[in-house]
Amino acid sequence: MELTVLDSTDTQASGCSSSGCGSTDDQLAHLPDEIRDKVYNHPCYSEQAHHYFARMHVAVAPACNIQCHYCNRKYDCSNESRPGVVSELLTPDQAVKKTLAVAANIPQMTVLGIAGPGDPLANPERTFATFRMLSEQAPDIKLCVSTNGLALPESVDELAKHNIDHVTITINAVDPDVGAKIYPWIFWENKRIKGREAAAILIEQQQKGLQMLTERGILVKVNSVMIPGVNDEHLKEVSRIVKSKGAFLHNVMPLISEAEHGTFFGLMGQRGPEPEELQNLQDACAGDMNMMRHCRQCRADAVGLLGEDRGEEFTLDKIEAMEIDYEAAMVRRAEVHRSIEAELNQHAQAKPAAPTDIDPDARPVLMAIASQGGGVINQHFGHAHEFLIYEASPAGVRFISHRKTDNYCEGGDTCGDGESVLSRTIGTLSGCEAVLCSKIGYEPWDMLEAAGIKPNGEHAMERIEDAVAAVYREMWEAGALSAVDEQLVVA
Amino acid sequence: MSLRIVSSCVNCWACQPVCPSDAILQAPKHFVINDRKSTECEGSYDVPQCASICPIEGAITNAAGEAMNPPGSLTGIPPEMVAAAQAEIRAR
Ligand code: SF4
Ligand code: SF4
Repeated sequence: MELTVLDSTDTQASGCSSSGCGSTDDQLAHLPDEIRDKVYNHPCYSEQAHHYFARMHVAVAPACNIQCHYCNRKYDCSNESRPGVVSELLTPDQAVKKTLAVAANIPQMTVLGIAGPGDPLANPERTFATFRMLSEQAPDIKLCVSTNGLALPESVDELAKHNIDHVTITINAVDPDVGAKIYPWIFWENKRIKGREAAAILIEQQQKGLQMLTERGILVKVNSVMIPGVNDEHLKEVSRIVKSKGAFLHNVMPLISEAEHGTFFGLMGQRGPEPEELQNLQDACAGDMNMMRHCRQCRADAVGLLGEDRGEEFTLDKIEAMEIDYEAAMVRRAEVHRSIEAELNQHAQAKPAAPTDIDPDARPVLMAIASQGGGVINQHFGHAHEFLIYEASPAGVRFISHRKTDNYCEGGDTCGDGESVLSRTIGTLSGCEAVLCSKIGYEPWDMLEAAGIKPNGEHAMERIEDAVAAVYREMWEAGALSAVDEQLVVA
Repeated sequence: MSLRIVSSCVNCWACQPVCPSDAILQAPKHFVINDRKSTECEGSYDVPQCASICPIEGAITNAAGEAMNPPGSLTGIPPEMVAAAQAEIRAR
C-alpha cells in the first residue's frame, strides 16, 4: 500500500485542506481575486461548483490538424464516454439552438465549451460563428474552447474579440523528443510534417499561444495526458514551465487506451497509469499551483453536471420541437444562480470539525466515498460508478481524486459476472483504508475486509468531510494511526 | 482520373476544409472527391492537400489506384516492424 505523507507547506498550498471544497478555502484559494471571480461558478474549474453548476459541450469542429497516438478519428459512438467521442455533429446554427435550449431547461448551466472532436481552431469558421452568435444571443453563458495549440497564435486576436476568457491547451510535452512519441505528424503550412520536427513546431506554437493569451488576460488551463514510460516524469517539467508562463491550472489526466477504442496506443499495447501513479504525479506537480482533481474527461457533447450526461434529452429532433423564450430563461437563470451562490456561501461558512487534537505526526489515511453528489454520502456501494477519494490527516480533510469503476450490482441477470467486477472494483480502491457508503451488502463487505479496506455504512447522508473526519478520529482513538509506519511511506 | 477517397475513409472531415477547389463532399457512406472540380491542387500547392492531412492510411488513392498514404507511412512504423514496436511499447 502506498500513502504519501502530506507535509504542512503542501497542505497550505493545495487548499482543500480544512474544508475540502468550501469556496473560501478550496483548490482555487491561491488564485488572485479577479481569476476566482471568473471561475467560481465554472463546474470544470471548481471542485465545489461542479456539484451545483452544469456545463455543456457542442461538437461543431470535426476537422483536426494533428494526429495524437491516443486519438482515434472514428469518433461516432454513443456508448463510450470519453473525450473526442460524439454522436451528433452540429452546424453553428444548430449548436446555438441547442445551447439556448439546454440553458433554458437546465438553468444551472453556466458554461458552453467547444472541444472537438477535432480541433476547434482548425475549424475557425465554424467555431467562431458559434461563439459570435452565442455572445450576442446568450450573454450570460461563459464560453470556453480547448485546442491542441497548433493554430492558436493566429487565433488569439479573434478569441479576444469574442470575449472568451477561458482557453484550455493540451500540452503533453515541452521536449520535441518526447513529443515525437506522442504526435506522429502535424499538418503545417500546407504540408504533412512528421517526427521530431513536427513535435518541435507544435510545442513552439503551444508555448507562443499560451504566452499571447496570458498577456491579454485570457485564462489558460493546461491539460496533459499522462502516458506511462513516455511523458510521466517529463510532465513535472511541463507543469513548472506552463505555470511560470501564467497558466492558472494544470490538469493531468490519465491516458485512456483500451484496445477496443482503436487508438494507436490502444492497439500497440501502451498502458494507462494506475490511479496511484496518477495521484503521485498530480501531487508532484501541485506545488504552488493546484491541480484539477475532479476532471471527468467527458464526452465532446456532454450536457449537464459533471459525471452525468443529459445529452439524450437534447438531440436535434427534440430541440427542434422546443419553444424557447430566452429572455424569460435568462431571468430564471439569474435567480437560480443567485440561490446557488447563497448556498455555496453557506457551505463555506459551515466548517467541518477538523480533527485538531490529533497528534500532528499521525499518518494520513485515504478513504473512498460513494456519493451521487451534493457533497454527502448517499450511494449504495454496489451502485457506485465512481468513488471519490479523500485524504484525512491531522491537517484536515481534502479531496484527492475520483476513481471510476464498473458498478457490479446491476441486479438480476448480470449477477453471474458480479464477482469478477466486484474484485476489479476493489482493485481500483487500492491504497484506501476505508470505504464510506450509504449501504453495502455482505459479500462485498467480506471481500473489502479481506482486502484490508474497512467498509462503513454508518455515515449515510452525512457531509463527506465531516464523516471522513469522524472515521479518522475513530481510527486515531483506536490507536491505528499512532506513528508513521515506515513501510507505508513512499519516498 | 484524379485522387479518390475509398471506403476506409472514417469521415473525420479533415480533408474537406483544406481543399482549395471545394471538391470534397460529404456523401452517404464516406467523403468523396468531385473529379470535375479537383485540380489535384496544381497551381495552388506542391502536394495534394487532402492526402496531406488525411489520418487514415489507404483512404485516399491516386490515379493508379495506389494508396497516397501507404501502410506504415502515418504511424511511422513500417509494417514489417510492427511486432517489434508493439513489444517495445508494451514494456512501458
Ligand atoms: S487533390 Fe487538392 S483539389 Fe483535389 S480534392 Fe484533394 S485537396 Fe481538393
Ligand atoms: S481526411 Fe481521410 S478519413 Fe478523413 S474524411 Fe477525408 S478521406 Fe476520409
